[in-house]
Amino acid sequence: MIHDALLVAGKDLRLELRSRVALNQIVPFALLVLVLFAFALDPDRGLLEAATPGLYWVAVLFSGLLALQRSFSVEAADGNHDALRLSGLDPAGIFLGKVLAVSVQLLVLEVLLAVGVAVLYSTHLGGWPLLLVTVVVATTCIAAAGTLYGVVAAGLRVRETLLPLLLLPVLAPVLIGSTRAFEAALGGTPSEGWPWVGLMSVFALLYIVAGVLGFGPLLEEA
Amino acid sequence: MTTQIARGSKGVEPAADAGPTSTGSRGTLILGILTLVALGTLALFALVLSPDDSNQGDAVRIMYIHVPSATLAYTGCGLATLGSIMYLWRKSQWWDLVAYASAEIAAVFTAVTLVTGMIWGRPTWGVYWVWDARLTSTAMLLLLLLGYLAVHRLPAEYSVRAKRASIVGLLLVPNVIIVRQSVNWWRTLHQKPTLFSNGLGSKIEGLMLFSLFLGFVAIGLLFAWLLIHRFRLAWLEEQIAEEGIDASIAARRAEAGDIGRWEGTP
Repeated sequence: MIHDALLVAGKDLRLELRSRVALNQIVPFALLVLVLFAFALDPDRGLLEAATPGLYWVAVLFSGLLALQRSFSVEAADGNHDALRLSGLDPAGIFLGKVLAVSVQLLVLEVLLAVGVAVLYSTHLGGWPLLLVTVVVATTCIAAAGTLYGVVAAGLRVRETLLPLLLLPVLAPVLIGSTRAFEAALGGTPSEGWPWVGLMSVFALLYIVAGVLGFGPLLEEA
Repeated sequence: MTTQIARGSKGVEPAADAGPTSTGSRGTLILGILTLVALGTLALFALVLSPDDSNQGDAVRIMYIHVPSATLAYTGCGLATLGSIMYLWRKSQWWDLVAYASAEIAAVFTAVTLVTGMIWGRPTWGVYWVWDARLTSTAMLLLLLLGYLAVHRLPAEYSVRAKRASIVGLLLVPNVIIVRQSVNWWRTLHQKPTLFSNGLGSKIEGLMLFSLFLGFVAIGLLFAWLLIHRFRLAWLEEQIAEEGIDASIAARRAEAGDIGRWEGTP
């Protein structure tokens, strides 16, 4: 299962290295969202810095949706989907591989966005242990839930419109949790942030288990 | 109430083969009359006989619909998850349609809960909406239910959308629990919950308690009646879809037979 996961993740990441879609389109989109927030909220009033945790994670969610769409659209072309089914790879491995590939892309995106908010919103980053753990756990949540709901929407004509409707309400706890944890880390009160990391860990575990068990049946008929 | 669901739903299976033309039956007719009587009695007690609340005045009367609707919305949500699990386990269309019908009725009751809550909130708090934990998580429940319904209504083959909807339905209750938990923490870090902070049971007594009980009976009967009809409608819709395909295959075959060029490829 782990071996298959690494194979699938390697394939997706190689695909990204060669096509550079995430780097050339999704990263600029995420930075664009940061600039749009500055247009919407007057930068002179200190609102941006105060709202950094929330704006940061909303930007991550929106660009994460694009990364997830991409992760399934690469399988849609040229009968790749059938090839994946016939490959004999463990479905649970395929799920974990997809999650891993999306997570790696999201982590790169999040580092760039963090630099973005530090420069554009003059946010002073601090509370590193909580900050880093939050990023890793929240990314796992987004990637795991996104991959599971992504395959629910995959192969349908309505997939672009269906995935946000399915995924965003489900990810609401992750948005709340990661935002509060970031606020706690940046505000110098990390003890308030750790319970949120715990809640998000439960979420991530739930979705990884659901994905490992449910991906096989979903992949078969999609 | 549960026995009525079971009896009403079991009765539909042989009837569907015989080709029923409506979703009604003797059982649902009696249930419907009972529902109407209960709703009438509820209106009498809630609007006329029960007293005003000392703090909320007449606004308290909306609680006789609001609280039972909220309870049944969560019941419907639980039924949807149960039906999804049973569909994935047994692959029976019956359970999938139970899940679908429950989710749709639950969405309606969630909307009723939100609307009645807002109507109650305007005179009581002065605003339609506050970011209270209960309000926020109820709104999220509605969105989660709409997601499930969207998957079940996909323009795809029945087995495809039933299986995908069942996975979404299976995760419905866990999601509702996690969302509720996170929203509770989110709000209680800022403020104490404002609704029901003194407990529903503690101050309610006499006629008001009886009216609320009546509300549960009446809205519960309505829920059962709607659920049975919605289930039968969904069942008939699937029958039509299947028969439609069979009929068009037969028609095309007959056409090909007339021309005499059918090569045996279906």
